[in-house]
Amino acid sequence: MSAGLAPSPAADAVAAGRARRGRWLRRYGLAATGGAIVLAWILVAIFATALAPWPYEQVDVTRRLLPPSAENWLGTDLLGRDVFSRLLVGARISLVAGIVVVVVGGLVGTLIGGIAAYAGGRAEEWMMRATDLVMCFPPIILAMAIAAALGIGVTNTILAMLVVWWPKFARLARSLVLVQRNQEYVEAAHVLGFGPARILFRHIVPNAVGPLVVLLTLDVGTAILTFAGLNFLGLGVIPPTPEWGQMVSEGRELVEQWWVATFPGIAILSVVIGFNFLGDGIRDWLDPKSRRR
Amino acid sequence: MFRYLTLRLASMAVMAVLATLIVFLIATQVPADPVLAQLGDLQSADKELVAAYRRKWGLDLPIWQQYLLFLKGLSQGDLGQSISTHRPVLEDIRQYAPATIELATVSFLLAIAISIPLGVLAAVKRDTPVDHLARLVSLIGVSAPTFWLAFIMLAVFYGGLQVAPGPGRLDVTALPPPSWSGLLLVDSARAGQWDTFHDAAAHLVLPSIVLAASIVGLLTRTVRASMLEALAQDYVRVARAKGLRETAIVVRHALPNALVPVVTLGGIAYAILLTGAVMTETIFSWPGLGRYTFRSAIALDFPGIMGITLVVAVVYLVVNLLVDLSYALIDPRVVRR
Repeated sequence: MSAGLAPSPAADAVAAGRARRGRWLRRYGLAATGGAIVLAWILVAIFATALAPWPYEQVDVTRRLLPPSAENWLGTDLLGRDVFSRLLVGARISLVAGIVVVVVGGLVGTLIGGIAAYAGGRAEEWMMRATDLVMCFPPIILAMAIAAALGIGVTNTILAMLVVWWPKFARLARSLVLVQRNQEYVEAAHVLGFGPARILFRHIVPNAVGPLVVLLTLDVGTAILTFAGLNFLGLGVIPPTPEWGQMVSEGRELVEQWWVATFPGIAILSVVIGFNFLGDGIRDWLDPKSRRR
Repeated sequence: MFRYLTLRLASMAVMAVLATLIVFLIATQVPADPVLAQLGDLQSADKELVAAYRRKWGLDLPIWQQYLLFLKGLSQGDLGQSISTHRPVLEDIRQYAPATIELATVSFLLAIAISIPLGVLAAVKRDTPVDHLARLVSLIGVSAPTFWLAFIMLAVFYGGLQVAPGPGRLDVTALPPPSWSGLLLVDSARAGQWDTFHDAAAHLVLPSIVLAASIVGLLTRTVRASMLEALAQDYVRVARAKGLRETAIVVRHALPNALVPVVTLGGIAYAILLTGAVMTETIFSWPGLGRYTFRSAIALDFPGIMGITLVVAVVYLVVNLLVDLSYALIDPRVVRR
């Protein structure tokens, strides 16, 4: 037997390393990619004005609708503003709106659902009927009606979204608590004489938190999409504040000058993909049933 | 089953009435002033004109009287008169609904035709590149903003390649069929106007692809998950032990059972399609309810917004009821719970 055919220890190590990397990629690749995209956008949002090659609000009608070039990487819009610079600054409002809606909506919904499930009886009945009532409207229609009624402006758009956002968290939290409540460790805590608040926050919440984290992460993506959608419809920021949905809207009839609408859309797509990959990846770790081998 | 049905119907009626209250409160108890929005700054300065306007639309009455008036009108099928189109809202809705129904139906069928095979394939070929690709496609599908996708499709296939017709339901040169159902495909086929039929079908292609994309991701993932569950059942093992071919096992045994949970997506699909319709119709100048909603919202046309929100909510309630009922029919255990 020639030495060349026997697998050398070095080759073994390389093969094992490759297999390890493959396993790592399969297990964490999706979440890592998503996390990297999200992190990149957060950094862009923080340093937007420093990164932007042009002042994002600088209007110059002599340079309107210029195609992408070395000077204006993503071209200029109807008012001659640099699309790339506005796109960077636009990351701020989208991320803030998405995260605020999900965190506040999630907190309110979780509190309502959790308390309802734990309290039971008449209180639960009332809380869940209120939840059903909001949920009997398709979200975007109700949000549009409220946003239109409150008047144009970022705060009002976020408020409108919050009104339609909390119920799904209330339902999820309630069902999670209901499942957990009948578990033995909760009974044990009862027997030990712990109060309901302590049982809810110290025992039940930590156990129910996994699915909530997944939903929260995936939901930031949905919230950013909805926020951009409302802005696209004109129910959002007041111009000239740069916002992606509105930038697409400004360019929606400029089929020839495709860059005006295309790039802000890609920005929305990429940040939403980031959150979806991250949420989906986290779900894989937490839920053994959906875990891929 | 009967008891279940009466219970569900009763709770639905209560919800519908409460929904009218919500809609009414949003439309009246908010800072934005519809009078200002309608009349504009110049005319709003004229006090008499504003007062006359308020009287005309009943905006000067106490709030509860306005609500009772609204309810009374509702009971007679009167959703009020749109402030911006100056026509009864119900008439507006009746005029705009068919365009949306036609678009949504075609999109829904298209989405099903894509996502069921894709979901089944992903489940059967679990953890292979096919599965990963299906997952990637559906994740990207749910991440793409509908209004942007609509623009891209229009820019590429109409503006760039010029292989697809532009916005709208028909070319200006096409002869509209006599209105019967309001669905252009049905009406033109019924009248034997095949040129119009072709034109209407061609106009449907891009918007329905865009709209279908909004639900393909969700449907595919659900089909995959529930197919995986079905494939792990004992009856599949039995079928295998009997020596059935793999295709027969998948299509005849596992698939029908796997589709049961998919039925519950009906309500969500309706809400997503509606959201997508607002965006898609706005870009494609599609004369449907989505664009009507958008225009009413922008103009602060509160009778219009109230009417559409209410109709949409009631249809949503009915869709959810139908979903639950069909689920109860397929799986009788639901009723007993």
